[in-house]
Amino acid sequence: MAHNSIDNGAPLTAYEALVKLNADGQNTLDVLISGVHCALCIQKIESTLKEQDHVTAVRLNFSTGRLNIIWHGDIALANIFVQKVEQLGYGVMPYHSDGEKNSYEKESKFLLLCMGVAGFAMGNLMLLSVGLWATDSETMGFATRELMHWVSALIAIPTILFSGRPFFRSAWQVLRIKQTNMDVPISLALILATGMSIFETLDHGEHVYFDSAVMLMFFLLVGRTLDLRARRNARSAATDLMQSLSGFANVIEGANIRRVLIRDLKQGMDIRVAAGEKIPVDGIIKEGQSTIDTSLITGETLARETQLGAQVFAGTINQAAPLTISVSKAAENSLLADIVRLMERAEQGQAQYVRLADKAAQLYTPAVHSLAALSFLLWFFVWGAPWQDALLISVTVLIITCPCALGLAVPVVQVLATGQLMKRGILVKSGDALERLAHINTVFFDKTGTLTRGKPQLIGTYEQSTLQHGASLAAQSHHPLSQALRAAYQGDDLLSLDNTKEHAGKGMEGQYQGMHLRLGSRAWCGDQEQHSTPYKHASELWLNINDKPECCFYFFDQEKPDAQEAIATLKRDSLKVALLSGDLKDIVTDTAISLDIEQFYGEQTPKDKHDILESYKQKGNRILMVGDGLNDAPVLAAADISMAPGSAVDMAQNAADIVFMGELLSPVSDAYYTACKTQKLVKQNFALAIAYNCIAVPLAFAGLVTPMIAAIAMSGSSLLVIANSYRLKLRS
Amino acid sequence: MSILIYMIPIALILGLIGLGAFIWSLKSGQYDDLDGAAQRILLDDDDDKL
Repeated sequence: MAHNSIDNGAPLTAYEALVKLNADGQNTLDVLISGVHCALCIQKIESTLKEQDHVTAVRLNFSTGRLNIIWHGDIALANIFVQKVEQLGYGVMPYHSDGEKNSYEKESKFLLLCMGVAGFAMGNLMLLSVGLWATDSETMGFATRELMHWVSALIAIPTILFSGRPFFRSAWQVLRIKQTNMDVPISLALILATGMSIFETLDHGEHVYFDSAVMLMFFLLVGRTLDLRARRNARSAATDLMQSLSGFANVIEGANIRRVLIRDLKQGMDIRVAAGEKIPVDGIIKEGQSTIDTSLITGETLARETQLGAQVFAGTINQAAPLTISVSKAAENSLLADIVRLMERAEQGQAQYVRLADKAAQLYTPAVHSLAALSFLLWFFVWGAPWQDALLISVTVLIITCPCALGLAVPVVQVLATGQLMKRGILVKSGDALERLAHINTVFFDKTGTLTRGKPQLIGTYEQSTLQHGASLAAQSHHPLSQALRAAYQGDDLLSLDNTKEHAGKGMEGQYQGMHLRLGSRAWCGDQEQHSTPYKHASELWLNINDKPECCFYFFDQEKPDAQEAIATLKRDSLKVALLSGDLKDIVTDTAISLDIEQFYGEQTPKDKHDILESYKQKGNRILMVGDGLNDAPVLAAADISMAPGSAVDMAQNAADIVFMGELLSPVSDAYYTACKTQKLVKQNFALAIAYNCIAVPLAFAGLVTPMIAAIAMSGSSLLVIANSYRLKLRS
Repeated sequence: MSILIYMIPIALILGLIGLGAFIWSLKSGQYDDLDGAAQRILLDDDDDKL
């Protein structure tokens, strides 16, 4: 699908539009490269471009796939560079610096900077603290201790102000909308510990905890940075979908062809789409006849024939012959853009899901804050303690209730459960996926590729020699039916044919020992009279020898071997099951009946599927969607939780929360069982954490615990929760 | 204990140099492509040996 595959030799003049001037007055071009997998790819691309004249620098970013080329002289060289990379076998797309990616880079840099500064401060504070903690003030001398406290304050205060910003910001954001999250107690503990230490330093006291505050902050920042990197891997599926159309289109202007960025296409323009290219916009066929892979819209693997005047949609692939298409909608209004918008909205909706841990934090943190405040007020006003002591007790309460056990209760079990599922070939992509899976009551299945194998297979019995003739011709073609026929022939003695030729939309022909063989559609080489067929809904491929129809091969997309059993298992767990498919209504009905599914919907566009999902959701159902096609992507994204088989297209795998390997459907119920078990353990963990707090908090409140012991007790409770979580491993 | 008058500033200055180096490396984009760096170590230099 390289851009230079256009047969009419259109000049490649488009990339120069993307060239920018850098600060040194040199030309710079950013493009996205696909297909880069290893060090060798980096070397091949970079060294090839470096050999070009005028090139001063080339850098390929392996993580983002972004290639930056800097050169001086003619800007039209850009197209030659792109061509060179395409000749190496890599895909090139224009790079649009979209907001999302940049904001990730900014955020990542900001966190790293905060972490670095906190790390520097922590090192220096520890240096001083070793001295402070190792001896008492009599040995060290009062003045020396004061000096060390002041130096500590000098390092710690700017650091807390600088590196604490990620926490302060987040806390302030939720406080403003009158909610609370984990960052609120963290910010409060940081501010209180620092504030108290400043006062103690001024007051020549000994309760100076600058080191603890900075260390706490440093470790939290390390966690934040790692977390951001991990989340980055779960890329937005919607962005991917749009990226797939971020290339150029060939616009016909009189006798010339001009290359225009897809997003700049306007209604009424005529574009040329070569065979094998993706159709970039919605439009109407003005010239040519071809077959089109519509899997994006229908999920079907078999291509559909299109005629003059037919409507085609963005994202579908023109397979057979060049087409001239009149643009009926600009790229941003195409059906594909609608799907992308649906997905974006769905992904935002997903982000609003409140995890159990966050729910707990919402209840827990206000309780902790009021307890800490109450302890200070009681000790200071009622029991008449000096205010430093009252504050110390209050900070101890904050530390001992630090929601670590609570924070661990969910993730530890999830990490263990996802590890276990991974060994069984089930990849859980987001942390809260299992939690959401445990709550479902309805399962939606897509048909083609999910309940069925997704590929047509030869059915019926045929004579060996007929099969041999058919398979020999079929071996020359990439058509799905041909490949199925070739795969069905067991022998390896394929005939060597002469003059084989593929006719787009019709079939194959060839010569063997004076025989003229044809393999193709009924209209081209089949028996026009015969209308009865032994198999309902089966696809046909006719073998014709010397202009006489010899045999008809039948193909059908069969159900996966354990589909019936998998559906029965889910129903036994009192889950509702429904079937959503883009395929013809008759076929969907047959599948639903044979698998005993009561609710089924055929001929559904991606938008229809999405609407059905929404109507179910509004009735209070929580839905698991299992699907594999591009047309399922919006529903996968919008469902409460979604699964895709490993054979699914990349876009569907990106949109799904869980991806499972293999031909079978049993992973769906496996994952559901594990999710339910996980949820049970999580609840036990919460119970443990709450029990610990019930014992520890009154002790801290009574002033019987020092901050040091509080820290140890807190770690103990965390260990207990981790130990309980490991029971997940024991049980299976 | 008067040695502290020298030692503390020296420790701070050394730390600040380290911090400066870190900030410089961050600003010059050395953390932008960590996966790429892991791959690039496998590449041979094409330059002629001296």
